[in-house]
Order: sequence, then structure tokens, then C-alpha cells
Amino acid sequence: MIQLDAVSKAFNQGQPNECRALRDIDLRLERGGITVFKGPSGSGKTTLLTLVGCLARPTAGRITLDGRLLSNLPERFLTEVRRHTFGFVFQQFNLIRGLTVLENVMLPAYPLGRPYRELLNAARDLLDRFGLGAKAASKVEWLSGGEAQRTALARALINDPAVVIADEPTANLDSALSREVLALLGELTVQGRTVFISSHDPLVFEAAQVNRVIELHDGQIVGDRRC
Amino acid sequence: MPAFLERQKYLLDYTLAALLRRKTRNFGLLLVYTLLVFLFASALLLGQGLRREAAVLLQDVPEVIVQRLTAGRHDLLPVAWLDSLQRIRGVGAVQGRLWGYYYDPAVKANYTLMVAPERGLAADEILIGAALARVRQLGVGDYLGLRAANGQPLPLKITGVLESASELLSADLMLLSEAGFRALFNLPPDQYTDAVLTVRNPREARTVAEKITLALPNSRPILRAEILRTYDAVFNWREGMAFVWLGALLLAFAILAWDKAAGLSAEEKREIGILKAIGWETGDILRMKLWEGTLLSLTAFLAGYALAWWQVFHGGARLFAPVLKGWAVLYPDFRLTPTVDPRQILVLLAVTVLPYILATLIPGWRAAIADPDAVMRG
Ligand SMILES: Nc1ncnc2c1ncn2[C@@H]1O[C@H](COP(=O)(O)OP(=O)(O)O)[C@@H](O)[C@H]1O
Ligand SMILES: [Mg+2]
Repeated sequence: MIQLDAVSKAFNQGQPNECRALRDIDLRLERGGITVFKGPSGSGKTTLLTLVGCLARPTAGRITLDGRLLSNLPERFLTEVRRHTFGFVFQQFNLIRGLTVLENVMLPAYPLGRPYRELLNAARDLLDRFGLGAKAASKVEWLSGGEAQRTALARALINDPAVVIADEPTANLDSALSREVLALLGELTVQGRTVFISSHDPLVFEAAQVNRVIELHDGQIVGDRRC
Repeated sequence: MPAFLERQKYLLDYTLAALLRRKTRNFGLLLVYTLLVFLFASALLLGQGLRREAAVLLQDVPEVIVQRLTAGRHDLLPVAWLDSLQRIRGVGAVQGRLWGYYYDPAVKANYTLMVAPERGLAADEILIGAALARVRQLGVGDYLGLRAANGQPLPLKITGVLESASELLSADLMLLSEAGFRALFNLPPDQYTDAVLTVRNPREARTVAEKITLALPNSRPILRAEILRTYDAVFNWREGMAFVWLGALLLAFAILAWDKAAGLSAEEKREIGILKAIGWETGDILRMKLWEGTLLSLTAFLAGYALAWWQVFHGGARLFAPVLKGWAVLYPDFRLTPTVDPRQILVLLAVTVLPYILATLIPGWRAAIADPDAVMRG
């Protein structure tokens, strides 16, 4: 469903500190299952996820989503695609402090203008599903790491995206919580969603739920294993 | 509800929450902002009110006043002049006036003493202005002792206090009879302070004035139009001074507002990044910022304007009147007719609300056009 052809990404192009984060990536990502991008820090995992998730555009190459060329879309359309197709879980959770758990979860839906009741019910359902029903009215700064991670996941799902992208989802969690998050991500694939994860945590790429592991090194793909 | 409205409601909601999250900062800003609008609106409303009041009062100014000059100095006018004036073609009614200033060391203020034949006062009766009555704590039936020209105190019985409606001009006014006035100043019966006259055809006032100067070379005719102009000039100058001060204030505020609103905190930039990454468009962020600027500045505007309106029209404009009216010891307690001028409101909106909204919008826009992938890197 997502195809990358000769995709490169460079930062600070033309300057002395130029950094080629991705070089010449050719990749086909299918619908369904969990795909993990593994590799050491700095290998380009996050950069690849930002390109796949329409958060950034490649310096060179083409990216298509279901046959539609994304790499030359203007920002507005890219946002449009992004918010209907992708849900993000960031490494630092990136919840908005001062707002409640419920408000944080509803936030991505505000610009879509969904009827309030409907949105509220959807958000509450998600929180219940992730065992956060009792925390709905708490401010996010009081959450534990696991709760914050689950809140972030609920927020990623509020617009019902086909694809969930999680950058290092276990980086801030102990192994018990990491397994819990993997289980939740596994459930998403059961519902028919596609999950992309970046991680350098063996616990993640050796997990039973994972369908494919793509290994990056220095901005290039050095391994592609299906399991 | 249509999606468009629902969306605005969400954005407004979020904005309100965001404003409340930074309570101290935003309330401080709101306070300073309200104060500024208050001062600015006070000056505008007071200026407008005073000008209107003055226009009403000056309606009663005589068409032509004739003074007698001696070596360029205003001097007493002999009664014979009244006949000479009456004989000039085009002149209507002629009347000699008696008035003068009186310095009262007790309150360190000048009174304006005037003879008012139409009041039918006895020689020992007097009417005083409300401000004077207040300061000297005098009422009807009391006696006011004025020091006469011969050095003796002249007791005058107060038979009335001049009404407050025109207190702006009557604050220091005293009305008395011709006999009382002449006794007080030891003025011979054949002399007047000046003369007022009406003109048969008001459009010929200037021609009549020229004829007067020819007939009486020592005279100085003053036209109503000239009085109005002088009054306006003085008034505008005062208003101008007030606005210079306010302008300085406004500038200070602009700098403050720019600093506060323009310099997005790291926290706010992070928030904008997150919102973009989770699916908000640049336009959504801008709309949110627009709401933020509008909410804050409009609240300040409404509060400031309402306060100003109240203090100018119901609080006696204590704060600003001295600048606009000049310092006076006998301070008039006047009431201006409450008015709301839409054009003035628009001007105020343009100089207070608009810059602030821009000041919030531009940095928001700068933060919002940044690539959303920055959020992926803590
Ligand atoms: N905004 C940026 N500006 C400059 N260099 C960047 C930027 N973002 C990432 N990089 C560089 O790109 C390379 C890949 O980074 P990243 O994709 O974050 O790797 P990973 O997620 O695998 O740790 C790194 O060398 C990093 O320093
Ligand atoms: Mg990374």
C-alpha cells in the first residue's frame, strides 16, 4: 500500500553540516500486521517514519500511498492525507500538559468538526478499552509512563486511522509495560490496522506479534525479514 | 450543527483552555490592556463630550462683543458708546455688560462676577455657582462677605445656587445686581465693562464689525465665530497634549504586548508542533491564534471601554478632566450627556485590538509553518 522508490532524505542540504539520513531507499509496505524498523541510534528509523507518515517530504525519490503520489503534494493535502490515514505515537508521548487525558485524546479530531457527543463517546470508548476510564479527567502531567503511553495510543486512534506509527514505543517503559504496549499494538492489527514501529529494543523486534523486521544502518536497508 | 461551526467551537474551547492554562501571564496582560483601553477611551469620550457641551453653551454667546481699548488694553466703556453703536446700520439690540474677576484669598481662586438684570436681584443679593457653594460650604440664606473697593466687607445674601447642568462654565460664577456690582467695584454709573449687540442679518456680522471700528476707533469688536474658534483651538491643544501622553503609553504597551504575545514560549512552540503532527493544519493553528488574540483583546476592549464610559459620564471624569479642561481650583462637578459614537469605537478598535491580534497571529504563523516532523525529535 505504501511504496518508496529511490527515496533519500538529507538535512541541512548544501551546508557543511549536511547529513544524509536516508539514502536511496526502495521499499514496499503492505497493509496489515506489525512492521518493525530496527537499527542503532542515528540509523534513520525516525526519519523513515516521518516520510512514511507524511510528516515530512523526501529530498529525492517518490512515495506513493495506494498508488497516489504523495511526495509532491502541497502541505494542505498532505495534512489531509495524514490525519485520515495515520495515527502517531511519539517517543516522548508528546501529550499536551495542562489538559486532561480526555481532552488530549479528543484533540486530533477538533479540526474535523465531528459532532461533540459522537467524539466524546469515541474518546471514552478508547479510554475504557485501554483501562484509562478512571483517569479521563486527570491532567496528563500526573500520569505514569504506562498510562501516558496508552493515552498517546488512544489519541493516535481517535480519528480511526488505517495506519498507526509508533516511534520507539517502549523506550521509556520497563519490560512489563513494553510487553503490554506490544499486546495493545497487536490487537490493533487484529482489527485490520497496519502498525509501523521503530525500535532498537530486542524485546520489540523479537516479539511474537511482529510480522516483519526491516533493518536500517546508516540510512540504508541492510536486512528485511518476515516472520 | 454544521461541521464548520462545530470546528470553530472546538478551536474556541481549546483556546480558552490554553488561555486559562497560562493564567498569570494572560491575566496580567488583560489587566494592562484593559487599563490602556480605559485611558484611551476616557480621553476620547471626554473630549467628545466636552466639545459637545461647549457647543451647546456657546450657542448663547452674543453675536458681537464690543470692548473699549486704551493703548491696547481692555478698558471700561462709557455709556455714550451704547448710543453710538445703536446708530450703526445693521445693529439690532445693544446692551452694556458689567462683569469682572474677583480673587478670593480664602480659596485662592478667581470668581467671575456678572450682573444679570434678568434675575431681578436686589442690591444685597447674590447667586453663586455650585462649585463655590461646595468649597465654601454655603447655601441659600447664608451671607457671603466680599471685600469692596473701599476696603470694607460687603455682605451679600445668597438667594440661590446656580444649577449644575452648565456647571462646566458656572462653577466659579456669581450673579448679582447692577447696584451691588457698582457698589462692590466702586464703578461710576456711566461705565460698563463691555457691550454686546445683536446683528439684524447675522451674515453681515463682519461688515458691521468693520463699521464699528470706523465709527469708534478705540473699539474692538469680537465676533462669535472668533470666540468659537479660539475655544476650539485651546481645547484641541489640550486634547493634543493628552494624546501625546497616551501615545507614549500606547507605544509602551505595544512593546509589552509584542514581547508577551510575539515571543512564543518554548512550551507553546512545542504545543503547536504537537498539534500539527497529530493532524492540525497550519490554518487551524492560525484560527486558534486568532481566537486567542480576539478573546483577550476584545475582553480588554469591552471592559476598558465600559469602565471609561462609566467614569466619564457617571463618575465626573475625575481622572482626565484636569488635563483637558485646565487646572481649576473650583472644580466643576459636571455631567456630560452620555453618547456612543460608532466611528469612535471603530477607531479605538483599530488602534488597540487590531495590533494585538496581529501580534499574536504572526508568531503563531511562524511556528505553524515549521515542519511537523520536528516533534518526532524531543
Ligand atoms: N532535523 C535534523 N537536522 C539535522 N540532522 C538530523 C535531523 N533529524 C535527524 N538528523 C540526523 O539524521 C540521522 C538519522 O536520524 P534519525 O532518523 O532520528 O535516526 P534514529 O531514529 O534511527 O535514531 C541522524 O544522524 C541525525 O543526526
Ligand atoms: Mg529515532
